[in-house]
Amino acid sequence: MLFFNQNDRNYWDGLIVTDGEILSQLTDIFREVFDRPDLTLTPTTTAAQVPGWDSLMNVRLFVATEMEFGARFDTSEINSLKNVGDLINLIKSKGKR
Amino acid sequence: MPSAIDLPWLATGVVDVRAEILALQPDQPKLGETLQRIATNRLKPSEAVLFAKRLRHLRLDDANFAPLSPISMAILANSTFDLVIDELPAAAARHGVAAALSAAPFDQVMQSALDPSSEVNRAGVDVVLLAVDHRWFRLDNGLAAEPNKRLTEAVDQMTTVVNALRSHGGHTVIMQTVPVPPLPLFGSFDARVAGSQRALIQKLNTAIVAIAEETASVVADIAALAAQVGADQWFDPVSWNLYKLPCSPTCNALYADFIARLLSSVRGRTRKCLVLDLDNTLWGGVVGDDGIDALKLGQGSGEGEAFLAVQRMALSLKERGIILAVASKNNDEVARGPFRNHPDMLLHESDIAVFQANWLDKPSNLEAIAKQLNIGIDSLVFLDDNPAERAQVRAALPSVAVPELPGDAAWYPWYLANAGYFEAISFSQEDRLRAESYAANAKRAEVSTKARDLGDYLASLRIELQFAPFDAIGRPRISQLINKSNQFNLTTRRYTDADVLNREQDPDAITLQVRLSDRFGDFGMIGVIVGMLSNDAAGRTLTIDTWLMSCRVLGRRVEEAMLGELVRLARQADVRRIVGVYIPTEKNHMVSEHYTKLGFALTEKQDDGTCWFCLEVGDYHYPSLPHKVSYLGEAPIAALIE
Repeated sequence: MLFFNQNDRNYWDGLIVTDGEILSQLTDIFREVFDRPDLTLTPTTTAAQVPGWDSLMNVRLFVATEMEFGARFDTSEINSLKNVGDLINLIKSKGKR
Repeated sequence: MPSAIDLPWLATGVVDVRAEILALQPDQPKLGETLQRIATNRLKPSEAVLFAKRLRHLRLDDANFAPLSPISMAILANSTFDLVIDELPAAAARHGVAAALSAAPFDQVMQSALDPSSEVNRAGVDVVLLAVDHRWFRLDNGLAAEPNKRLTEAVDQMTTVVNALRSHGGHTVIMQTVPVPPLPLFGSFDARVAGSQRALIQKLNTAIVAIAEETASVVADIAALAAQVGADQWFDPVSWNLYKLPCSPTCNALYADFIARLLSSVRGRTRKCLVLDLDNTLWGGVVGDDGIDALKLGQGSGEGEAFLAVQRMALSLKERGIILAVASKNNDEVARGPFRNHPDMLLHESDIAVFQANWLDKPSNLEAIAKQLNIGIDSLVFLDDNPAERAQVRAALPSVAVPELPGDAAWYPWYLANAGYFEAISFSQEDRLRAESYAANAKRAEVSTKARDLGDYLASLRIELQFAPFDAIGRPRISQLINKSNQFNLTTRRYTDADVLNREQDPDAITLQVRLSDRFGDFGMIGVIVGMLSNDAAGRTLTIDTWLMSCRVLGRRVEEAMLGELVRLARQADVRRIVGVYIPTEKNHMVSEHYTKLGFALTEKQDDGTCWFCLEVGDYHYPSLPHKVSYLGEAPIAALIE
């Protein structure tokens, strides 16, 4: 992968990652994808609350999130997400494997 | 190991790409160069999106993107192609093209192509990308009961769309080959079962290449791209099921780069010359320090074979018409030593058109090479193992392509081959001969200093010209010249292959292609004229829409011979007068006096500098010229004499 080389070093190796750290990294990703430097996210943020979060933007977000965290999400996992908090938990669950 | 999906030949290291993109202004100097320089970095998807957005805004502000070539592309896809489109403007700028993009609605391929008033068929679209895969051809289920019928249907579907696009819009179509999904039914036996997905898609791909040939379309070999990446990496069932993405999103940047190379080639922006460093690029070691005997080069050692492979790659490129040059920090004698005395050198001095071995910096030497070859600095690719030299060239000459290279020279050929600098959409005899012709030019220059005057010189060259109207054999080279020639080009009008075909078939057009050879070599096609016939009260008029010539044959009175032939054709068509127009650009000042030198009278000068000229056919007399002339179909006159 382009921005995270899984062969060199696993993202999760030796890292204890808190919800806050994931949220802050997600915020960076979302700001870049939406091109809105002032965007703020909370665990309760949903797609409906963010202007411009349409289906195409959703694809861009998931592609960017998977690339940045070096993780792949299953079809059912993506479909069951309700808000940003669910996404944080999903990312965290990938690190426990 | 490097992987093409990372585009590892691109530079890294710009600290803040976002800030650079946001700082771009419509009126800033060297905007086009800056766009190209930014795009030559590896961009994150979000940065590529930002680049695309900024480019759109700059276009709305009427920014001038020169020297990038403008192109307008419409995309028809049976998938959510938006993420590849996100990457396309940056990829295009990287390859010298400012792309304006539009896309038909999702999975409306047939409808958009057939509807004459659709967005895709509107005027102003230059190129249509037909991004369809096996699903659009309904080749996504296991075993076809009637394989021949299935294949015929698929081919018909493709033919219908291509023909509709050509008849409604007259665009150049980029057709994709279809990658085979990694879902074997029998296993190896799939190759032998006519109705298997693998067998059907392979036959379809053969048919797609044939359709492209018939319709002067361009092929994007996406099947080859997917094979390089690996079908397991290319096909991503999750991304298809959830989002209908055409491929795994990890491949988007490479996919876009692949398409951008074709746009660059359609616009004639393909690179022409490979400039090679010597020490640790063409051979292992430093010849000035280690001596010729100690160089690592040749069979028997892994390192020696790696450098042989680099030379073999360069030689292969030369065989397809890429000019080779050398830029090395060395004494000239020392640098030439291995070429003369090392038994394992594949490259010889005669393969190198310009040899710059001195202690000047690399950018100065690259400029000298471009000048000596009379080609643009943006035609150069520079291969150098030294990161500092690469960085210096990138900073000083952003339009030169400079691939990043890894530590191991074994990978150099891969980097050079996969960066896509030399993408071609046609290959002609002229291309094959070009590199030779540049080398021969040096010899002609010698004759020129020996000959007493110009008349003697031209006579001594024994120039032969061959005239013919546009035809299928000449078409690829004609459109290449139309899209590449900047200096000796009266109107700088760019036409696609499809446009050229239309002129060829237009009864109201007089077309002329000119080939030239002399005793030192064959230049192939070097001149093109398109004239349009019209009638008015004063009689029949021929207006010269396009007149261009390759700068390699300047000073040989070829333009006089072309006018003579044009007058002959005009007389056959009862033309009373010939009208010429000169449209000034930054690059074509050399032909501002072209028509007056040929005896035309200036009739009008517009405020923008465009000048109109007229020649009464009855007043024209053939001059005495130092050429032998033949027409297509006849044996060259020289051959008859000898």
